[in-house]
Parts: sequence; C-alpha cells; structure tokens
Amino acid sequence: MKTYITDIAIIGGGPAGLAAAISAYENGVNVLLIERDFELGGILPQCIHNGFGLGIFDEELTGPEFAQRYINKVIEYKIPIMLNTMVLEIRPNKNILAVNKNEGAILVKPKAIILAMGCRERTRGNIRIPGTRPAGIYTAGLAQRLVNIEGLMPGKKFVILGSGDIGMIMARRLTLEGAEVKAVIEILPYTSGLIRNKVQCLDDFGIPLLLQHTIIEIKGKDRVESVVVSKVDENWEPIKGSEKSFECDTLLLSVGLIPENELSKTAGVELDPKTRGPIINNYFQTNVEGIFACGNVLHVNDLVDNVASEGTLTGEIAAKFIKKIIKIDKNFVQLLCGRNIGYVLPQKVNKTAFKNSVRFYMRVKKPENNVYINFKVNDKLIYKKFERFARPSEMLIIDLPKQDILIDNNILIEVIPKEKKSEN
Amino acid sequence: MEYDIAIIGAGISGAAIARELSKYSVKTILIEKNPSVSMGTTKANSGIIHGGYAAKNGTNKARFNVASLPLFEKVCNDLNVSYSKIGSFVVALEKDQIEKLYELKENGLKNGIKDFKIIEDPKKILKMEPNLNPNVCGVLYCPGAAIISPYELCINLVENAIINGLRFLPDSEVIEIKKEDKFKIITRSGIEIKSNIVINAAGLYADKISSLVGLDYFKITPRKGEYVLFDKNVMKINHILFPVPTKISKGIVVSPTVSNNFFVGPNAKNIDDKEDISCTLDGLKEVIEGGKKLIPNLPLRDAITVFAGLRAVSNNNDFIIEQTEIDGFINVAGIQSPGLSSCLGIAVYVVDILKNIGINLRLKTDFIPTLDKPPHFAYLSPKDKDELIKKDENYGRVICRCETITEAEIRAAINSPLPARTLDDIKFRTRAGMGRCQGGFCTSRIISILCDELGKNPTEITKHGKGSELVIGTTKHLRRDTK
Amino acid sequence: MSEIVDSKIITCIGCPKGCQVKVSKFKNGNIEAEGYSCKHGKEYAIQEYIDPRRVLTTTIIVKNGILPLIPVRSNQPLPKNKLFECMKEIANIKVPAPIKMGDVLIKNILGLNVDIIASRDLESKIN
Repeated sequence: MKTYITDIAIIGGGPAGLAAAISAYENGVNVLLIERDFELGGILPQCIHNGFGLGIFDEELTGPEFAQRYINKVIEYKIPIMLNTMVLEIRPNKNILAVNKNEGAILVKPKAIILAMGCRERTRGNIRIPGTRPAGIYTAGLAQRLVNIEGLMPGKKFVILGSGDIGMIMARRLTLEGAEVKAVIEILPYTSGLIRNKVQCLDDFGIPLLLQHTIIEIKGKDRVESVVVSKVDENWEPIKGSEKSFECDTLLLSVGLIPENELSKTAGVELDPKTRGPIINNYFQTNVEGIFACGNVLHVNDLVDNVASEGTLTGEIAAKFIKKIIKIDKNFVQLLCGRNIGYVLPQKVNKTAFKNSVRFYMRVKKPENNVYINFKVNDKLIYKKFERFARPSEMLIIDLPKQDILIDNNILIEVIPKEKKSEN
Repeated sequence: MEYDIAIIGAGISGAAIARELSKYSVKTILIEKNPSVSMGTTKANSGIIHGGYAAKNGTNKARFNVASLPLFEKVCNDLNVSYSKIGSFVVALEKDQIEKLYELKENGLKNGIKDFKIIEDPKKILKMEPNLNPNVCGVLYCPGAAIISPYELCINLVENAIINGLRFLPDSEVIEIKKEDKFKIITRSGIEIKSNIVINAAGLYADKISSLVGLDYFKITPRKGEYVLFDKNVMKINHILFPVPTKISKGIVVSPTVSNNFFVGPNAKNIDDKEDISCTLDGLKEVIEGGKKLIPNLPLRDAITVFAGLRAVSNNNDFIIEQTEIDGFINVAGIQSPGLSSCLGIAVYVVDILKNIGINLRLKTDFIPTLDKPPHFAYLSPKDKDELIKKDENYGRVICRCETITEAEIRAAINSPLPARTLDDIKFRTRAGMGRCQGGFCTSRIISILCDELGKNPTEITKHGKGSELVIGTTKHLRRDTK
Repeated sequence: MSEIVDSKIITCIGCPKGCQVKVSKFKNGNIEAEGYSCKHGKEYAIQEYIDPRRVLTTTIIVKNGILPLIPVRSNQPLPKNKLFECMKEIANIKVPAPIKMGDVLIKNILGLNVDIIASRDLESKIN
C-alpha cells in the first residue's frame, strides 16, 4: 500500500481547506490537500449566485469566482493535491486511509490534520414528514447540483420547505430557468435567511412566503403530486382546519445543514452536541493533539468569507504547531452558554491567550433586538458588546479584547436585553 | 410461452419457492407485476427471523417458522446473504406482564423450541442490554432469533434461481387466468403464458389472483406498519427487543439491522387501500412512543428515514398454503409475520405438495447452490481494498460516502443476472442511498452511471419504474424556443 | 398640493431592520419616500423605485467542455424587467470550451450595454 508522508494533511478542498492549504504553505510547511470530487471548490462551483467575497475581497463575487481565486493560488504554489480521493478513516494516531482509482488504497502519515469536510443537508427522513415516498423529493443542495452542474431540471412545479438562504436562492434559480415555484414554506414566524434574499428571490418573482407553516403530508405514488401545508402554533404543532393543498411535482427541502463528522469520530475527536462539530480550543485544535478543524465541519457558517478566514487562521496555527513555534499547553477555561446562547466556539480557551484579543463565534437561540452579549467570570462582568439585531441566522463574531486580569475560571456568555432608560 | 410451473409474485415467498424449484428439472417462470423483485411487503418489514415461540401452536405460522429455522444458516451462507443470530428479548416492563412471558414459553415448548429462557434479574438483563428501560422486570430470551436483510435474501434467491434456469418476467401484472388443459395466464401488456401449475404467491393481491380462477374463499386485508430508522453507531442495541405481544401484533419492536442501523416499529393498523404505503403523523407518533417504552433515550435527532409496509392478512389470520379445488392451482397466501421467517420451510412444503399431486420432480445434477457476489468493499481490510482496486479500478471510486459503496459494486448490480435498472434497484442491491444523507451525495452520480451502463438519457432514469422519473429535462429546456 | 399618481412599498435590504419604505410619485414629477430609518434606506428605495436592476447569474450550455454548463454573470446589473428575456436569449446558445473566467460570452445582451461573462475556467474535454 502506497504511503505518503507530509506535514499537514487537509481533508476537504472547499473554501476552508483551500484557505488552510494556502496559509499553511505560506507558513513554510508541506501540505497535502485531499478532495473526493473531481475538482476543487467544495460546494462553491454549484453556488453560481453572487454575494460572496464582500468581507475578504471587498467585491461581490459568485461562488465559482470566489473558489477560483483560491484555486489559482493553490496551483501557483504547486501545493500537492489528490482529487477523486475519498478518505475512509482517520486513525487516532493521525494516519489517514484513503482510496482512489489510480493508486488503490493509500496511507497518509501527516504530523497534523486539518478537518475541512463541510456539511451534509438535513433530509425528509430526518424531520419525518408523513406521506408517500415518490420521486421528486430533493434537498435544495442536490437540486442545485443537478441544475447548475449536471444541467438537469428536477421538475417544473416546485414547493420549497425552509426559507433559509439556500431555499430562497433555489426559488429564484428555478424561476429564472422557467419553472414555477408555488410557495416557500417556513415554520418560524420569520425567514431564516437574509432580507436581501427574500426581496430578490421571492418578492421579485411574486413567490409567496408562508411563515408559521409546515408540510404535514407528501402525496403522490410514483412522483410527487401535491403537498399538504398547515399553519402551526408557537409549539410548531399543526393547527387543525388550516390545511391547504399545493399541487406540485417537486418538493425541495432547505431545512438545515449538519456538519459531516463521521471521519472525525473515527479519529476519536469529541463532538459538541450543540454545534454537531468538534470541540475546539482557541487554536482550532480538537481533543486529539494535532487534529484541527475549521469551516462548516466545525460549525455551520453563513458567509463563505468567514469559512475562508477560519481556514486561513487554522492553516497558520497548524503550521506553527508543527514547527513548534506554538506550544499548546493544557491550562484551559471552558466557555459556558448562558441565556439565549445557542453555542459558542471555541469551547475551551487557553488561560494565557487572554493576554491578547480572543475571537469567539456564537449564535443566539432566538432573535432579540437591542441586547448586550455579556462575558462573565465568577459572576463578574468582564466585557459586553451591544447588538442591535441578534439573529440565530447571523453568526456573531466577537473579539474579546485583551484582559488585564487573570481569567482562571469558566466564562459564561449570555444575552441580556438593554435596559430601557426610564422616561420622566 | 409454455412452462411446467408459473409462480405469480416475486416477494419472499415466490422467491424462496422459485429457488427451491430451481433445484429440479422443471421449467419455471416467475411473474411479477412490478419492475423488480421484492417491491411489495418484502421490502418494508422488520427483517427478523423469529425464534419460533410466539406463533400459536398448531398454526401454519408456527409450523413453518419452526421448520425454516435450521435452514437459514446454510442458505444465507450459500447465497451471500447477511444473517446475524443476535437473539431476542420479549420485555416485561411490569410485574403482571411476566405471566405473559411464561405463556409464550409454554407455547414455544409446544412448538418444539428448546433453547430459550426467562430471565427475571433486571441487573443481568441490563448488563446484556444497557440502554433498555431500567424498569424491566423480566425478559424471555431467545438466542435463536436472528436479523436479516429481507430484500437481500429475496434478490439473491431469485438471482440464484435465474442462474439455475428460472425465467423471470417483470412488469407483468396478471389480469386473467383461464383453465383449459393447462393454465393460460394473460398479463396486462398482452403476454400469454401457458403452465401446468400455478403457484399464487401474490402477497397483498393473492385474493385477487385466486379469484381469477373462481376461488374467492379468502380475503386479504392490508395491515399497515410504520417504521423509523436510525443512523449507525448512535446507540448500542444488542438484541431484537419485543414488548409483550397483543392479540393482533407482536408490538412495536426496537431492533438492530444487519447494516448496524436500528429501527423502531411497526405499529398495526388495518386499512382499505392496498397501494397505501404512506407514513402518517399519528402512526409515526405511535411508533416512537412504543419505541421509547423499551428504549427511553431514543436518539430522535439521529433518525434518518421513515417508511411503511403492508402485511397481507388473511381472514383466518394464518398462512393459507394448499393445493386448491382447482387441480394444479396452489395458493400461498396470507403470509404476514412470521412470513419472512417461514419462507424456506414454505418453499420445501410447496415442493412436497407438487410431488404429492404427482408432478415429476427430478433433482438436477448441475444445480449451482452458491451465488457469487462482488465483495462488500466497505468491510474489507485496507490491504484487501488495495488489491481489489488494483484488479478493478472502479472499486477506487466511492459513490455513496455514507455506506462506502463503490462504482464497481453499482456497475456490477446493473450487470447482474437480475439487472438493476432504477435508482431503487441500486439502493436495494448495493445500499447506495440508504445512509444518513439519503442519497444527497450519490444520487446525481448514480444517475450518470445508470445512463452510462444502460445507454439512456437522464430523463429516462426512474426511482422505481415508469412514472417515477427523477428529472424532467435539461436545465435550459423550459426556456428554450421549441422548434 | 400635488397628487400622488403612483406609490410602491419597497423593502430596504441594507440591514436586518428591513424598513418598509413607501415611495410615491407625484403629478408634478417629484418622487418622495417615507418610512426609512436612515439615508441609505431612502437612497436605495428611491433608486429601486425609479430603475430597479439586478445582477443576473445563470449558466450557459457548453460544447466540448469537461462540464455541460458554465456559470456566468452579467458584468453590470440588468433592468429587472428584462431578466426573463435575457434567460430566454441565453437558453438558445451554446459556447465552446475552453473558457477562462472573465471571458465575455455574450456581448451587449439584448442591446442593454451589459455583457455576460464566465464565472470560472472550464477546460475542453480531452477526447
């Protein structure tokens, strides 16, 4: 069996892996980028719409354009890449078992690994929608691949479940290609995507958005024929008598993403049930020494710009770790999720890290306006940041400024409404 | 077309009978209305080989379940079918249910089952099954119960029979049967088949087929059972877990599968429509609640799919396996649970019926009992994987990442003696698409491979046959000027 | 006082507030807005009322490429009411590989002074 020895093996050639590969190379180590598809870019080649790159390039790029920038750098640096190669297993000693047609089964022996495998989509079966199991039920991402890469239309009359950005983007895409999108159905009382997408993908085309509704049945023996939509109450329970039938031949599901950590599990990486991604410290390192994680495999991101930033940071840190410039000692404090905090990353921070600014990524559970994100240690407030609009669908990135006091105990992060000044 | 024996219905009963008959020098045809085998009840059930104690002593159910038990190991070995004797618990969650365990044991002893015992020590039970409801009072433990993939067994039985000379005729719904000197079977598409013997193994429609020759002495009622299937490696379940049974059903089970998933189900509800395999809100709720009784910490977040199947229940609630008033017309009907567990014994018995009515059955000298299948790449050692890829590079391309199924296995299924032609065919033969992403990654790739092997356009590829086309055209076709 | 001859509610997309800005056109030709919370919202809404434009992103069929389609974008926003016509125009053409990101694949589409350019590199099929 062929063996490859390298400094850093990066699993996944999407924006996180690409950015990490470039950054690790620029920091002077050998890199091997392993990608299962026939080309680099991850999910970006099928995201043909624009809106990417405002953060990093100060330009509005399409997904392929954003990817091409990184791909060009990887080619320029001649970073070793394996395409069409599927990683099957990561052993706890960090050896990687992978397969491809040309070489058979191969063993990669790196000094460090960066996990950048991205996500999968939540399915009909996951959310247990009742009804039949005909052809014509697709997750939005699969439909996007069919339409934009394979050149195939899944159907011509659509209903879309989920008003996240992927669902709304597909509503526009399908309408532009001549299909009819009858409605976008959303269980929450607000859209979980950007307002810009609601306007430019739904309002522009007169596609109705049904808030506080869900699909309670799929009908059709061989192919989808209709879906039954019902209004729901605050507990997401269908309200009897509010059922409406929508005739369609395709149901698209945009009901959430799940970080794809099956390989992480094989390596003994501990996962956080709140993010469904690895538990990391402020070095993006998991509980397994030398295994790092970044991008959507770590937590579902909203903007690819942040995914790429995480990759860049992680590549640099992993390189410095190998060159023994960074030493990761074992003294950590834990981050605890308080009121209305869905999750926070990293879950552990090295005590000495607070001498500099530390970046935290988090999401609130429920939308709230005019709130403070409070950081508390031993019940004492050490920092607060004001947020005018805190939304679960918009990740908060907060840089805790360097601390003069010693942080030696767990940090509680909570969302607290700003007190209204009393009017006299 | 003239045959000695025509079997109607390629579910587990028809498949087992076809394979048994393929040992003999008789010309047999297996007629199936769907595009492939195993598309009715056989593909949507619990996949359990029951220990033989539960079916009421004196019934056909008991008789054939018990008769089949010793036959499974060899058949599964020969035909490369996954079969795992993990044993079962019937779980008493209250003191007054223990009595029922003793009743079952009594019945089992009468049926001839010996190797099973009642354990009334909760500590011991929980050591064997740590995630079981800690309120367990006692279990009936039967080590002889096993799990199997029902469609894998059905497919491999038919494939082996085809290799041994069986003619398989899919897409052929039988609409008329005339008895002259032979039987004349006419299908919806106008094909005529003449046969000396007709074996009616038509599952949910066995009553309809029987009435075609004027025999309407029984009725088949569809009884729906819904299931929730869970991901692999999310919870350790070591045995098949039954609640204490009711009058109509063995109850809502929690069981591992041979692919390391586990499921909860089925409930039991009589319905009218034999085509209704939909899942219902109430049914799924019932199934989940039933599952939670046995496994309180059911990891619902890791449910990956839901499905339903229909049991074919006869009005006397037992198997109807007999030569009828019409010479040469044999009914094999009402095969509900433990139908899967009984299929091998039923097949042997049906052959006996044929011998008893004077059919000349000579054993073939060139019968091939084994079935070669491409190796399950996912289970090979790294070294074996490497060698296999070097022999056939298509093993080096993983198409289904959740189940680790390679392009070679998919192409082999399309080129097998029972060729896969649809997405579901690929799914049930290779497991591609059965994992946690439910085809999100592999579907577009499988469509390409099917097009390549079958010389078809993507718009011709279906999920499970005509009418279930996966895509309707190219991306531009709705906007392009039509010329 | 001039009469309002037409008005429209425009949802501002500048920030999560999503102000509903009412833009009204008066008989004397004046256009005014109300309901915004900041000057960006006012500017956006009036522009959106007068001349709504959108960047078009779609795909074009490719001849002899390693993929059947190439993703493309308009290099400028197009008038919103011309999008479907552009899509129809695009549906009827095929472009040959190889293609480089930024290549102009349709010049001056429908005479609107906007080009349709490639969003990625695409190699030819090696046959």
